[in-house]
Amino acid sequence: MQVTILYFAGLREALQTSGETLQLPGSVATAGALRDWLVARGAPYADALAPGKAVRMSVDQAMADAGTPLSEGAEVAFFPPVTGG
Amino acid sequence: MPVRVQREDFEVGAEIAALRQGDGAVGAVASFIGTVRDVNDGSGVAAMTLEHYPGMTEKALESICGKAKSRFDIRDTLIIHRVGELRPTDQIVLVAVTSAHRGEAFAACEFIMDYLKTEAPFWKKEATPQGQRWVEARQIDDEAAARWRDPQAGH
Repeated sequence: MQVTILYFAGLREALQTSGETLQLPGSVATAGALRDWLVARGAPYADALAPGKAVRMSVDQAMADAGTPLSEGAEVAFFPPVTGG
Repeated sequence: MPVRVQREDFEVGAEIAALRQGDGAVGAVASFIGTVRDVNDGSGVAAMTLEHYPGMTEKALESICGKAKSRFDIRDTLIIHRVGELRPTDQIVLVAVTSAHRGEAFAACEFIMDYLKTEAPFWKKEATPQGQRWVEARQIDDEAAARWRDPQAGH
């Protein structure tokens, strides 16, 4: 399936892009699986999204966790813990 | 239940007047204003840039106000949050809540701020003498939001 991925704040800087549209293999069906798949692509994802790094995810503009399912055309975002207010 | 994300400054008196205008059931207004400090984590801060996730930020703030409204006996809520470049002493955020009596307004205002701090997608970057740095999320903010998990908290 195809998804749009957005990156914010420090992650946007580390990846040097604010987003991309990617075609995912059928095995990538959740937000957590997408993160793992990106990490497996190597630099710069491997470091920026490494397991253990504090990374938050959203799917279709709602906070998500590793098990949140993805659907065709989903808007997924990766970002650091929020610091507004 | 207005929610606004904007670059421009806001005038607290006018915003609160608009929030409670014509509502004779309001007997209390509680508000919180967050401002930019000139020092953080031991470094001087000359400027701050606030980034957000357009679309999701507004949804998150509306969802937080909705939770506050179903949990507390309040009349209305207002959130204004600025983005872009800010300077020390500038206003960052305004949360205001109207209710019949003060207790619910105080509690709902704190509830909204605690959730905003942990759930609304904003990120702060500071300009310090050592260079630019992203502000790190604080454990104490997670703890402040977590204490509302008890449905009776604040009542």
